[in-house]
Amino acid sequence: MDLLTPHLLSIGPLLTLVAVALLVLLLESIITKSEPVSFWTSVAGLLVSIGIAVPGIAVHGSAFGGMLRTGGSANYFSIIFFICALLTIVFSRDYLKKRDSVFGEFYLLILFATVGMVLMAAAADLIIVFLGIELMSICLYVLAGFIRGSVLSNESSLKYFLLGAFATGFLLYGIALLYGSTGSTSITFLTEHFETYASSRLFLAGIGLLIVGLAFKIGAVPFHMWVPDVYQGAPTPVSGFMATGAKAAAFSIIIGLFAQRFVHGVQIGTLLAILAAASMILGNVVAIAQTNVKRMLAYSSIAHAGYMLTGLAAGNAYGRDGILFYLLAYAFMNLGAFGLISFMEQEGEKHLTFDDYAGLGTTKPFLAVLMSVFMFSLAGIPPFAGFFGKYYIFVGAVQADMTWLAIVGVLMSVVSVFYYLRLVMVMYFQDTLIGQTASYSASSAAFVVLAALILLGLGVFPSSLLAIITTLY
Amino acid sequence: MTVDAILFFIVAAGAVASAVLMITGQNPVKSVLFLIVNFFCLAVLYLILHAQFIAIIQILVYAGAIMVLFLFVIMLLNLGTEEKHVDALNMKRSVAVILSCIVLFLILIAIGLPAAGTGGLPASALVNGTVETIGRDLFRQYLLPFEITSLLLLGAMVGVIVLAKKHFE
Amino acid sequence: MLEQYIPIGFMFIVAIIFGIVMSKLSEWLGPKNPNDVKLSTYESGMEPVLSARERVSVKYYMVAMLFILFDIEVVFLYPWAVNFRSLGLFGFVEMLVFTVVLMLGYIYLLKKGALKWQ
Repeated sequence: MDLLTPHLLSIGPLLTLVAVALLVLLLESIITKSEPVSFWTSVAGLLVSIGIAVPGIAVHGSAFGGMLRTGGSANYFSIIFFICALLTIVFSRDYLKKRDSVFGEFYLLILFATVGMVLMAAAADLIIVFLGIELMSICLYVLAGFIRGSVLSNESSLKYFLLGAFATGFLLYGIALLYGSTGSTSITFLTEHFETYASSRLFLAGIGLLIVGLAFKIGAVPFHMWVPDVYQGAPTPVSGFMATGAKAAAFSIIIGLFAQRFVHGVQIGTLLAILAAASMILGNVVAIAQTNVKRMLAYSSIAHAGYMLTGLAAGNAYGRDGILFYLLAYAFMNLGAFGLISFMEQEGEKHLTFDDYAGLGTTKPFLAVLMSVFMFSLAGIPPFAGFFGKYYIFVGAVQADMTWLAIVGVLMSVVSVFYYLRLVMVMYFQDTLIGQTASYSASSAAFVVLAALILLGLGVFPSSLLAIITTLY
Repeated sequence: MTVDAILFFIVAAGAVASAVLMITGQNPVKSVLFLIVNFFCLAVLYLILHAQFIAIIQILVYAGAIMVLFLFVIMLLNLGTEEKHVDALNMKRSVAVILSCIVLFLILIAIGLPAAGTGGLPASALVNGTVETIGRDLFRQYLLPFEITSLLLLGAMVGVIVLAKKHFE
Repeated sequence: MLEQYIPIGFMFIVAIIFGIVMSKLSEWLGPKNPNDVKLSTYESGMEPVLSARERVSVKYYMVAMLFILFDIEVVFLYPWAVNFRSLGLFGFVEMLVFTVVLMLGYIYLLKKGALKWQ
């Protein structure tokens, strides 16, 4: 047992989270009116987990015979997931009341999904990758269909499940082929011996299938078909959680696999660049045509997968650090936006179109200002954090002689300004609609304000975060 | 050809045939029965690969438990033999067939090219996959994945309750 | 190695042949004089009123699903039990953690009435 103790200490954040999840499960079992207790336990547990994960960033190590990486990037990603889970849980409480589905199981499933994400970020072995993805996905399938009475929610859950299960099949087949050609599932082994096996078609086929499975999870073109329908139908905070947490989790694996050694000398960089360009173009162009705010953000999330893949295609430290920066910023801006939408949404999936936001600037100036902050940040307008994320990524692409990709990215960012600012325009320059209501608790409002302030802070002092990011790998 | 090879080709042919019959069958219950045949063929293939434990699990869990679930789902959906809406899918179906053929072709290329299989399996994979050897690896080297499995099962349990229990409507 | 399985394969074939032969034999030997009553679904039982193709309640599905989850748990117990002595205390604690986690799930199921047939 003594052998295990250092392992257990180094995976502190993961263990804390698992303990909190099990505690909530127990509370759900033994207390009759369990929802408030579960809510506060989850919030407190996530805050403690963040507190434990922060000091661990500086330490690098591995645990369980090379199954897990600890500290460094694993902790950085864990913090992103904890923040996503925290914001989602806080926003969803008001939202679930509106949808008449206030059950403590919601928080429980979010916590379990977060455990899966943390495992993905910490995985140093493809078996852990698979288990993490499954744990996350199964919980997300259920969360998407959490509003049992809503047809859209059920549709969203079913679509996500069928396509997600299919994508997992590809992923697993890829892992099997990699094991078949190298005899190992260790990510460290694979990245170190990539050149040795690069001539093996079986190995490359495995890598290809792995990319397919992961591209599905991040919603990159051409594996994006599910994104709009699933995001539209799922409970609004859950859509935000999928767009930020699940995307960051899948990216943590892709970065671990491809950002270090894989890209060099092989066509994988080009492949990722094509995926990136296609995602940016399709996501941004189709987003223009949307009238539903949730669908607009769904296409915007496809586009953002494209921006982040650009940094990966670059294959240099600049691009990788850019993605890491952007993922954290994206968590705040996208969850903030989804949170505000969930405040505005009314029973029966109403008040979700652009027109419903008309004149919000005069009726609800508080919400309108915050929404504008998130939209500006999503569009990549300084001084918000979204700008610097994109900046680092595109600089990385230029340095890697992928100037064409950077140009596509910049052009598409300009296109995106159109639909993000359209929402701002509608809020400030159109006549007010009657019957505009928003319901939110003080704690939710506080968290949205906090998210907006952090975005501003990261935008003004990006180097402070970047200094940490450069030490992660 | 050795006995193993002959057996392999017979069983593999059975697996492919039952898989094709499963997909093309119009009656969902018959499809499930073909799937069971397919699972049995796979179990024999595992045996040929010296993976005894997996072979037994294949029959116990897949052919046993999971097929029961499949039958329940079919009865839940209450599908009769009348499947008229298939016509509407013909266009998509042909696209799917073409895409599947392309994928098959690519995989065949990948496997067939001389550069394939430079690695080869480690010696540990060639040892008999008896319950004992699997247990030794599972509870030592793969301790963490094993414990994570319990969380995965737990998550699925909560999911089942949330999606199927009346209380949550 | 596969020779060891010849008896099992032989038994398998015999079982299949036996099943086919017995059902065909009874069909061939048994007297056949059908009438309406005999052909009804429940002879000397209730008259069937509706189609047999009723939608099955989702409760069956739930039970089946939970069964699979615990089935998988039991599958893990088997290789553990075989190696119990060589794994020692370490293996015992490992399996204890695994079962306790799933036991929490079982308590949850019990309290939520998942195993009750309302």
